[in-house]
Amino acid sequence: MIVIGELINGMYKDVARAVANRETDIIQHLALEQVKEGASILDVNIGPYSKDPAREIRWLVETIQAVVEVPLSLDSTKADVIEEGLKIAKKRAVINSTSADAEKMDIIFSLAKKYNAQVIALTMDRSGVPNNREKRLELAQVIVAKAIEYGINTEDLYLDPVLLPLNVAQAQGIEVLESIRDFRLLCNPAPQTVFGLSNLSQGTHKSRSLINRTFLVMAVASGLTSVILDPLDKNLMDALITAELLLNKNIYCDSFLDAYRKK
Amino acid sequence: MAIELIKERYSNAINVMEIGRPACLDGNILQSGRPACLDGNILQSGRPDANAIRVGGETTLPFLFGEGGMPNAPVAALEILDCEPTDWPDILREPFGDAIKDPVRWARAAVEKFGSKILSVRLQSVHPDYGNRHPEESVSVLKAIAKEVKVPLIVIGCGDDDKDNELLPKASQALKGENCLFGIATQENYKTLTATCLADGHSIISESPIDVNIAKQVNILISDMGFDPKRIVMHTTMTALGYGMEYVYSIMERSRLAAFTGDKMLSMPFILFVGAETWKVKEAKDAGSRQGVNWEIATSVAMLQAGADILVVRHPDSAKAITAYIKNMMKEEVS
Repeated sequence: MIVIGELINGMYKDVARAVANRETDIIQHLALEQVKEGASILDVNIGPYSKDPAREIRWLVETIQAVVEVPLSLDSTKADVIEEGLKIAKKRAVINSTSADAEKMDIIFSLAKKYNAQVIALTMDRSGVPNNREKRLELAQVIVAKAIEYGINTEDLYLDPVLLPLNVAQAQGIEVLESIRDFRLLCNPAPQTVFGLSNLSQGTHKSRSLINRTFLVMAVASGLTSVILDPLDKNLMDALITAELLLNKNIYCDSFLDAYRKK
Repeated sequence: MAIELIKERYSNAINVMEIGRPACLDGNILQSGRPACLDGNILQSGRPDANAIRVGGETTLPFLFGEGGMPNAPVAALEILDCEPTDWPDILREPFGDAIKDPVRWARAAVEKFGSKILSVRLQSVHPDYGNRHPEESVSVLKAIAKEVKVPLIVIGCGDDDKDNELLPKASQALKGENCLFGIATQENYKTLTATCLADGHSIISESPIDVNIAKQVNILISDMGFDPKRIVMHTTMTALGYGMEYVYSIMERSRLAAFTGDKMLSMPFILFVGAETWKVKEAKDAGSRQGVNWEIATSVAMLQAGADILVVRHPDSAKAITAYIKNMMKEEVS
């Protein structure tokens, strides 16, 4: 499982403040902790309120790269901000993200090609997030076709069926699980599948961690290959490790949680 | 139409390990914190008494050179005891003649006459059923052996946990800085040996009862004590030809495949005590002919095909035949 750590995001007040005030230690601490707890990629998002996004993403990328060696997922709605990050990324980066809209894909896939980056692609378009698996699959097909047109390897594509909050769209959970299965059959090599897990429990006031980890286990069993989550949620990571163990992806031993973290 | 064979490519390699005094400062050794070559002069000139051998580093199942590499050939080590063996058949005693009565002369014969590049010394005499000697006596024999032969040593306890916990720290300390391979740590008894190897700069053998889950667990227990996993060699336990060897093969293969796909807690080289197992079985021990030697060779060859890195055998003819087999298999065109 490719774990993408989500905590360096300007939506969080402490991160937004740290970015605004250039508080290196706060950002580096978050980077180190997430990698220590199992993140293999770190998401980097300066948030919606940045006054100077190009400069701030550069500062964030440099600050993180000074202490960890994992690839970064450059998370922005603006292509020029993403490109600022791509220019200085030391490891092969992930672009987060494109939608299935043709003009957006043209811009993002060109960038991916230019900088040899991987891409997260959301199966949604201008008309919104689909409410069934069929429409998601249709958009996924459009994305895969476009990526191939740009010469992007399908295993470098992360298809995101878009997970909606449970309290808003309860019926969508099962559609997302089915979509994960569907996407894997789209092409060979199969694309990665991913979603932002925390979105599921957004707005629920109790048991967020329980909701997140229960759904994650179901998604792992459906073949999910990558996930954006909070790696510092220990119960969540334990559930993920155990789910993969039960699917025979790792060899059991009594200290299997410890063993996984030593990887 | 020609059929194209599907080739596996793995992401992870088996750890490389040096046993013995290393010649120069090396990445692996440096990481493990051994001060062997940190002295400026030695670093520049190389260590004159270096004797280290390297094992491990595989990126493929055995000898499949089309899929990956084996940068270090497997090795055969002769095994001696720290006393005259009382229960070895004549065919095992004959090659060494009278020297088998004196461990130091026995060691010299194994190395000089029979060319063993690495020597395994089992401190058997301390076992309550095999002489019950005082650990100090056994350690003084070990020291004399280490002084006599110049090859790296594998040092194995007597097999009785209580005795070994008294014996092995003394043995380890006596050979401090020699970078030996010490055994054997098990799930029930690993702390004393791990601590002592950590203190004296030796590598360690972790043992499990033909069980991949326990093999992984012992490695974790040892590394949780701060021991570098790259200095662990795995003994998955084994049986001789005719006694369920196929099961040993499948456990080793499963372990290797997990290692190649990234399991760091199973990425250790394998050691197999083929001699000790083979010469226990009646077909080898009581045959009164060359059958025992052939039994030891056949078992070894199967273990090499399962992924063995170090084979510890007892008859010099076995060691010779196995070494020739390894040499032949390491010619890449064979694959």
